[in-house]
Amino acid sequence: MRIGILALQGAFAEHREMLATLGVRAELVRTPGGLDGLDGLILPGGESTSMRRLAAWGGLDKALRDFGAGRPVWGVCAGLILMARYVEGEEPFAGLMDMAVARNAYGRQGESFVADLLPGRLGGGPLPGVFIRAPRVVEAGPGVEVLARHGGWPVALVQGHLLATAFHPELTPDPRMHAFFLKLCAARGALP
Amino acid sequence: MNQETQELLNTGLARMFKGGVIMDVVDPQQARIAEEAGACAVMALERVPADIRADGGVARMSDPGMIRGIMEAVSIPVMAKCRIGHFMEARILEAVGVDFIDESEVLTPADEAFHIDKKDFRTPFVCGCRDLGEALRRIAEGAAMIRTKGEAGTGDVVEAVRHARAVREGIRRARHMPEEELVAFAREIGAPLELVRQVRELGRLPVVNFAAGGIATPADAALMMQLGMDGVFVGSGIFKSADPARRARAIVEAVTHHDDPQTLARISENLGGAMSGVAARSLDGERRFAGRGW
Repeated sequence: MRIGILALQGAFAEHREMLATLGVRAELVRTPGGLDGLDGLILPGGESTSMRRLAAWGGLDKALRDFGAGRPVWGVCAGLILMARYVEGEEPFAGLMDMAVARNAYGRQGESFVADLLPGRLGGGPLPGVFIRAPRVVEAGPGVEVLARHGGWPVALVQGHLLATAFHPELTPDPRMHAFFLKLCAARGALP
Repeated sequence: MNQETQELLNTGLARMFKGGVIMDVVDPQQARIAEEAGACAVMALERVPADIRADGGVARMSDPGMIRGIMEAVSIPVMAKCRIGHFMEARILEAVGVDFIDESEVLTPADEAFHIDKKDFRTPFVCGCRDLGEALRRIAEGAAMIRTKGEAGTGDVVEAVRHARAVREGIRRARHMPEEELVAFAREIGAPLELVRQVRELGRLPVVNFAAGGIATPADAALMMQLGMDGVFVGSGIFKSADPARRARAIVEAVTHHDDPQTLARISENLGGAMSGVAARSLDGERRFAGRGW
C-alpha cells in the first residue's frame, strides 16, 4: 500500500515516523505528480494559510480535489480545514468533507489543551487528544459519522473514504488513528 | 496543567511551524503581506534588526498595543520578543496573549548572568544558540524551540551557516562518542547530561530548530534547510528589500522546495533588489548581537 503525506509545510515528518512504526513507508508529496498511484493521503497539521497558498502556487489545489474525490484522505487540524466544504470567513480549499469549520475557534496558544477522548469504534482505552490552536467543526452534514467528540463538538469525523481530526495523534505514541486510516485506505473507503 | 502536558503543547506548536517561514513585521499591513505570502507565523516588533543596528541605543520589548494590532490583523500565530533575562517583559507578553515569546539577543540584554526560567510560563519560548551547548542550556531552562542566532540585521548568511554547522557538529560528536566520554563532553559544552543523552539517542535536538540571522534570499533559505534546519526566520531580509511581497513568497516557496534547484531557479527570478546589508565580518564585538546570551 502506498501512502502519501502532503509535505508543503507543517508536521509531516511526525506522521511518517508513526506510519513507519506500523510498517508503512510513506511518501512525501510536494507536486501534483507525487499523488500518482497513492492509495491514501494525509494532510498534516501546520498553518492552513501557508499550505493552501503553497498548494495553489504549485498547481496542487485542483490535484488534491480530484484525488480526494475518489481516494482516502485524512486531514489533521490544518489539514481538516483544507478538507472542509465551509470555512468561516474564508473560501474553502478542497471542499471534500461536508462540514463547516471555524479556524482557531478554541483560541490562541494559551487555550491549547490535552483531553482524553472516548475512542468509540476505535476501541481500547481513552484516546489522547492534543488540541493546538485547533479548528472547531461547528456543523457536520448528514452523511458524516462523528467518531469522537469533545465538549459536544465533533473532533474526529468520517465520511466514506474521508477522515478528519481536529487533534494531533502524531504528537502522541498512540497509533490507533493511524491504524484506522490505513484500514480505510486498504478498504478504499468501504469500511464495515 | 502539569509540566509534561505543557511541554507537549508548546513543543507541539513549534512542530506545526516546521517547513515554514516566520517573518518580522512592524505593523498590521506588513503582517497581512506576510500572511498572504504564506508565512507560518509573524514576529511583531517595532523595529527590524537592521534598524535596531542603525539606530543604536537600548532595544526593548515592543509596545503591547502595537503587538495587539498585529494579532488582530492576521489569523496565523504571532510571536514577540523580550530581552534576555527580562522575565517581566515576558510576563507582559504572556498577558497580551502572544502565541510564542522570543527571548532575543537582538534586544539589549536585561541580565548578563541569567536567562528567563521559561518552565515557569504557560506561553512557549524560542531562544537563540550558536552551538549545541547553548541550545541545550536554553532547552534545560524550558525553551520549546531553538533558532540558530546567525547575525541579525546584516543580510549576511555566514553566521547562520556557522551556527547551524556548529550545532550539527555537536550532535554528530554526541552521536558517535563512546558512552564513557559523555559526562566529560556534557561538561565541556556546558549542557545537562540528560539532554546530551537525549540528543545522542535522537540524532537531533529534542525540539524544533529554525535558522535565523542574515537570511535574505530564497537561496539562503534553501541553504539553511539543506543544512538540516526545520525552517527559517527572516527578519530584515523581507521588508528591507525592493519588493517585500514577492520576496516573501519566494522565500516561503524556497523552504518547501529546498531540494529542487530547478524550482529554486524559477522562484528566484526577478525579485528586485535584496536588502543591501552589511558584512558580518566587518562588525566588531560590541556590534555583534550573537555574542549576547550565556
